[in-house]
Amino acid sequence: MTLTLESMVPPGAIDRAWNEHRFNVRLVNPSNKRRFKIIVVGTGLAGASAAATLAELGYDVSVYTFHDSPRRAHSIAAQGGINAAKDYRNDGDSVFRLFYDTVKGGDFRSREANVYRLAQVSNEIIDQATAQGVPFAREYGGLLDNRSFGGAQVSRTFYARGQTGQQLLLGAYQALMRQVAAGKVQLNTRTEMLDVVTDGDGKAVGVVVRDLLTGEVRSVNAHAVVLATGGYSNVFYLSTNAKGSNATAIWRAHKRGAAFANPCFTQIHPTCIPQSDDTQSKLTLMSESLRNDGRIWVPLKAGDDRPPENIPEDERDYFLERRYPAFGNLVPRDVASRAAKAMIDENRGVGPRRNGVYLDFAESIKRLGQDVIRARYGNLFQMYERITGEDPYRVPMRIYPAPHYTMGGLWVDYNLMTTIDGLYAIGEANFSDHGANRLGASALMQGLADGYFILPVTIGDYLAPLLGKALTPTDDDAFLEAEAAVRARVTSYLNTEGDHSADWYHRELGKIMWEACGMARNASGLEHALQEIAKLHERFKTGVKVLGNGESLNQGLEKAGRVDDFFELAQLMCRDALHREESCGGHFREEHQTPDGEALRDDDNFSYVAAWEYTGAEPVLHKEELTFQHVRPTQRSYA
Amino acid sequence: MKLTLKVWRQAGPDAPGDFETYQVDDVTDEMSFLEVLDVLNEQLVVEGREPIAFDSDCREGICGSCGVMIDGQAHGPQRGTATCQLHMRLYQDGDTIVVEPFRSAGFPIVKDLVVDRSAFDRIIEAGGFITVPTGSAPDANLIPVPKVDSDRAMDAAQCIACGACVAACPNGAGQLFTAAKLAHLNLLPQGQPERQRRTIGMVEEMENYFGSCTNHRECSAACPKEISIDFIAMLNRDYRKARR
Repeated sequence: MTLTLESMVPPGAIDRAWNEHRFNVRLVNPSNKRRFKIIVVGTGLAGASAAATLAELGYDVSVYTFHDSPRRAHSIAAQGGINAAKDYRNDGDSVFRLFYDTVKGGDFRSREANVYRLAQVSNEIIDQATAQGVPFAREYGGLLDNRSFGGAQVSRTFYARGQTGQQLLLGAYQALMRQVAAGKVQLNTRTEMLDVVTDGDGKAVGVVVRDLLTGEVRSVNAHAVVLATGGYSNVFYLSTNAKGSNATAIWRAHKRGAAFANPCFTQIHPTCIPQSDDTQSKLTLMSESLRNDGRIWVPLKAGDDRPPENIPEDERDYFLERRYPAFGNLVPRDVASRAAKAMIDENRGVGPRRNGVYLDFAESIKRLGQDVIRARYGNLFQMYERITGEDPYRVPMRIYPAPHYTMGGLWVDYNLMTTIDGLYAIGEANFSDHGANRLGASALMQGLADGYFILPVTIGDYLAPLLGKALTPTDDDAFLEAEAAVRARVTSYLNTEGDHSADWYHRELGKIMWEACGMARNASGLEHALQEIAKLHERFKTGVKVLGNGESLNQGLEKAGRVDDFFELAQLMCRDALHREESCGGHFREEHQTPDGEALRDDDNFSYVAAWEYTGAEPVLHKEELTFQHVRPTQRSYA
Repeated sequence: MKLTLKVWRQAGPDAPGDFETYQVDDVTDEMSFLEVLDVLNEQLVVEGREPIAFDSDCREGICGSCGVMIDGQAHGPQRGTATCQLHMRLYQDGDTIVVEPFRSAGFPIVKDLVVDRSAFDRIIEAGGFITVPTGSAPDANLIPVPKVDSDRAMDAAQCIACGACVAACPNGAGQLFTAAKLAHLNLLPQGQPERQRRTIGMVEEMENYFGSCTNHRECSAACPKEISIDFIAMLNRDYRKARR
């Protein structure tokens, strides 16, 4: 099979492209929609919104999630907010400005037409969510409030206290459950997708799933498959992602022919609570919105271990304000993260492990009063105190960067279809809109844009010509072969005489990845990591120890399969990071930096999407060249 | 510190269960309660014993996946805290802690500490939504919502559906969960057209799974989001008005 990357971007003016495309796509007659069966995997913002909308349109939808309820998906943990170009503040915002900020924030590694469309539909998302009853913050006049966020100079972020992701997800979940009640969506919880099945023409015709309670492996057929399975930050073991978040669905789709784009574009979030001990299972994010009112600083002097209140003002270094006076503490995430790392590398870190920088609210509390700060961030402050035992109203918070989001993902065209016909990827699972770095409050926007407004339109274009085409029967060889492979794989984990749990291997993998492919990368480190990962993976194959059986709930067994996939993905990430001889966004190659330590992009040689084809041996690189007609690539400056 | 954990083990929904006693050494103040279970599980795997099944996901108190009875209290002794956010600085060297699943007829045990809370999804299906097909929404600022109403709706909407309210209730009542969703939607202007239908649907579905509320207030005390039982009063009023 030869893999081709056709972006399918409509020709013509960018501001009319989406409208014209909507007119040009083929439609499925309302009464024919029920004849098409669509599988949606994942129930986060993207999956739940897509499944609900597809069912409202009349399609026959089946949904799969490994959670016990669709409402548990990790979108729920997003705190800060969701961007939209409403310009309710009258501060000069527009669709074009949101588009511009997103392309620039992404360090000129995203597809212009996709980002423009995202900015266009952003406003409809706010309307939709508000109508669903999402309790966004309001002014006393009863209208919606906004706050500002990193990487933007306008206030365009809508929020529901510090639980915006939760409230948006519940809106989508409730819309989904309405369709479940109406019999339009068949909901399968505690069921994990373990393979994508394609027919002789290379079209996706279904999936293989495993019931996590009974261990039953079965095939499900459909006319199209939508993956909304999130990102892969957990490849680092310690990340802000939920324990269950994993790359298995997209990785197995990749092995069936879906190109994986920009795997090395991962985001390290600057405001997480620093690791406190070695048994820690995950890192907790503190919303970036805290940077609106908190000032980030470290002691001027290396090795200064005085408590913060004893360090006088002139012996503090407000390093973001110093280096980036225009944006100050609100520089984009990648810039803020690297600056914090530089401080810690200079032994100016704070806290018992010297692994943090201060985020100080003293000045804001003095200026605005504790009540205002409590109203804005109360739940975040409470969460911080629970975890650290310190009261951030009195003592500055300690923060440090942690893996948080992955801009890379399955390559998709303008229709959100992967390189497998009939297989779509939406939300964080695809690579489409954030380039090399995502701006705050844009993940919720993208997940819901894909699910509510884009996929439901574009999928019709694929399905319309298939009217009358019978589903591939689940006793077809393609299904039987995939099912057998899944069963063999599950059994293999149970039969190893190993020494350590899958978690143990995962933690070891995470250490290698964080060192070599985390905030800063270099060629020798990546090459070394590739060898180390391969060695550890070999050891894992015979050394993972899974107890219990395959016929009842077995969380160790589930984990083994996911860690196995992380090992393979980790290698592709390192390869991608190694090949991209430039620094851009979240990808910082130490060999490529300006004299003052900023990322040095190479547009002449790397202005492309790196889409990798799985071959079983060396992955093959395909390039989608990026052209910029509306935002001229410049070195990003936030000074 | 060293801790003794007495943990409920049950192989499956219909299997008999019992407590097993484990020692965990090297517990630090910073560890979360679930990290203690992680450490214990790794220990068990190395010893060749099957690890303890328990649900958890986000580990920051928002997904609602986790939840166990800790010394007889849902989510343990700290108010307003989910199990994942309970840190061990509350305990002392030598303590013995009893860990059980959430117990209620409405939450059948799946395995060990994992229970089936899908009854909550059934209650949402019965009306816990505002009908607004994608694309049909008016501009978000068309309908002003008084800030006090919106804030109050948000207080209720914070519910994470962990089920602590049911587990803490001597009657195994599902009122607080149901009331929180009803209040969220019934307080907002967007929720008015379906208010009665929603209230009847959700309350009557709830009664298929859970016991009756007799105002013990244990639910609110156990709730990690500290949702007020005032919302239960609102549920009762709305239900009477709807059934009038």
